[in-house]
Amino acid sequence: MIDVQQVSRYFGDVTAVNDVSFKVEKGEIVGFLGPNAAGKTTTMRILTTYLPATSGTATVAGYDVHEQSMEVRKRIGYLPENPPLYQDMRVKDYLEFVAKIKGVAPAERKKAVDDAMAKTAIGDVSTRVIKVLSKGYKQRVGLAQALVHNPDVLILDEPTVGLDPNQIIEVRQLIKRLAGDHTIILSTHILPEVSMTCERVVIINKGVIVATDTTDGLTKKHAGATRLTVSVDAPVAAVKEKLATIKGVTKVEETSGSEYTTVFVESDKDVEIRPEVAKIVVANNWPLYEIKAEDVSLEDVFLHLTTKEEGTVS
Amino acid sequence: MRNFLAIYQREIKSYFSSPIAYVVIGLFLILAGIFFYLIISNFVQMCMRVDMMAQQYRMAPQKMNVNMMAIRPIMHNLSLFALFFLPLVTMRLYSDEKRTGTIELLMTSPVTNLQAILGKFAAAGTLFLVMLSGTFLYIIFIFLYGNPEFGPIFTGYLGLFLLGLCYVSFGVFFSTLTDNQIIAAVSTFVFILVFWAIGWVSGMLSPALGQTLSNFSLIEHFDDFAKGVLDTKHILYYISFIFIGLFLSFVSIESTRWRGR
Ligand SMILES: Nc1ncnc2c1ncn2[C@@H]1O[C@H](COP(=O)(O)OP(=O)(O)O)[C@@H](O)[C@H]1O
Ligand SMILES: [Mg+2]
Repeated sequence: MIDVQQVSRYFGDVTAVNDVSFKVEKGEIVGFLGPNAAGKTTTMRILTTYLPATSGTATVAGYDVHEQSMEVRKRIGYLPENPPLYQDMRVKDYLEFVAKIKGVAPAERKKAVDDAMAKTAIGDVSTRVIKVLSKGYKQRVGLAQALVHNPDVLILDEPTVGLDPNQIIEVRQLIKRLAGDHTIILSTHILPEVSMTCERVVIINKGVIVATDTTDGLTKKHAGATRLTVSVDAPVAAVKEKLATIKGVTKVEETSGSEYTTVFVESDKDVEIRPEVAKIVVANNWPLYEIKAEDVSLEDVFLHLTTKEEGTVS
Repeated sequence: MRNFLAIYQREIKSYFSSPIAYVVIGLFLILAGIFFYLIISNFVQMCMRVDMMAQQYRMAPQKMNVNMMAIRPIMHNLSLFALFFLPLVTMRLYSDEKRTGTIELLMTSPVTNLQAILGKFAAAGTLFLVMLSGTFLYIIFIFLYGNPEFGPIFTGYLGLFLLGLCYVSFGVFFSTLTDNQIIAAVSTFVFILVFWAIGWVSGMLSPALGQTLSNFSLIEHFDDFAKGVLDTKHILYYISFIFIGLFLSFVSIESTRWRGR
């Protein structure tokens, strides 16, 4: 449904998106995850034909975003980072206007508007002027706007940003309900959002895609994985060397920020290494300060992937 | 056409659902009314003086031309007031879309930039037409108490309308350049003022240059309309001016996509 091939976009010297490629299949709901300034908005603007790419090609619903932009525009619903609301209009008039410019036939317009309002549960404010609505309602009007012409593809840029916790839950549930009928790509810099709403995740950092996987797969792959934090009073090199000899250990990493030697020990999922670690600590007579196990969360994966990237880019 | 109409209707509704249309139309008509009153009372006084002189010297009373002496200055006044008010009408057309982000909706909908620009231009033009038709009341007043010729009134209004569309087309252009309405309005005003006065100002420096540049002056082309002369030269000048403003708006919006702002 969406096919992005080696797309780059520069703003003067700034590389906002660098050689990005990914695909989204019909009916999928994909999260586009990355920290601020990663290039999420720019990528979405390229997909929605708002910005042209500097190089590369992208197709949406089989149409090229540059060559056949009008065809693409008919088939997408787009919620930009700031919902594009005409503050002085009434909700219903606004949605009718959007339906009109999206090409909904006059006979079907009323139904299209009513359906969009029903899906986003804004029927009770249909005659209100948009500027008096709460942030949560505005966001839902923004979603209704993206839905009104029943597009094949929904492109949502940080749909929950700036909402309070209850509103966030509502909007997420709403997006999940929409998933069946539309192909959805949504961007976010908040991890739990992806694991809660999306089937697949594309992680982008500094304009580069650093990982693409299913939400489950990504957590499993990196977090197969229990991770121990071990703090002892001993030379780093010796600690790393000895702990690495334990069977099942995949990685020993030192960290700073503690007055003792602190290392992360990652191991295969089903192996319990704590007794072994304890044995080594005792055998070497290292004073032990901490030993703690944790599951690797998507949050860690994200941090890991995006901080690793830092070294290679700059 | 459907898209053009959609944009046009939205802009018209937006004008009339906010105070701006009423304030602009109201103040324009009040200002026009005050000057109408001044010009007419001045004209009436002059007629009385001429009559008195004629009686004193026992000459046949001279006929005063209301078209030349009252309607023509009124037309000139209106062309100036339009310059004050039209930048306020056009300032938000694009700058507000940029400020609030609705431009992203507009430019990701199957509407061409040309349709959007023409829709906005036509909406502001319509508002100007409403402003102008308000001043018919004053003209009707002249018809009640005098007998002006209809021709110069018609050409005067035609000239005013074309001149106003010149302001509007560059108003649209300047509003595509910024997300700040005030900057859009002020730049429109200054730009048009320069084109207004280009003839006199350069004439002060060098008469020859003044001659040449006055061909480009918006107001030089207006005087014939106000006098009742319909010349295709002037019509073509205004139409080209309008066209250039719209063309620049188009280029500006298209290049927004490349610049990304
Ligand atoms: N219109 C623009 N002009 C100049 N730089 C831009 C523009 N839009 C985005 N950028 C830059 O491109 C990078 C990516 O921005 P963006 O796509 O908005 O990231 P995100 O949405 O992930 O926060 C940032 O460094 C940003 O400053
Ligand atoms: Mg963004």
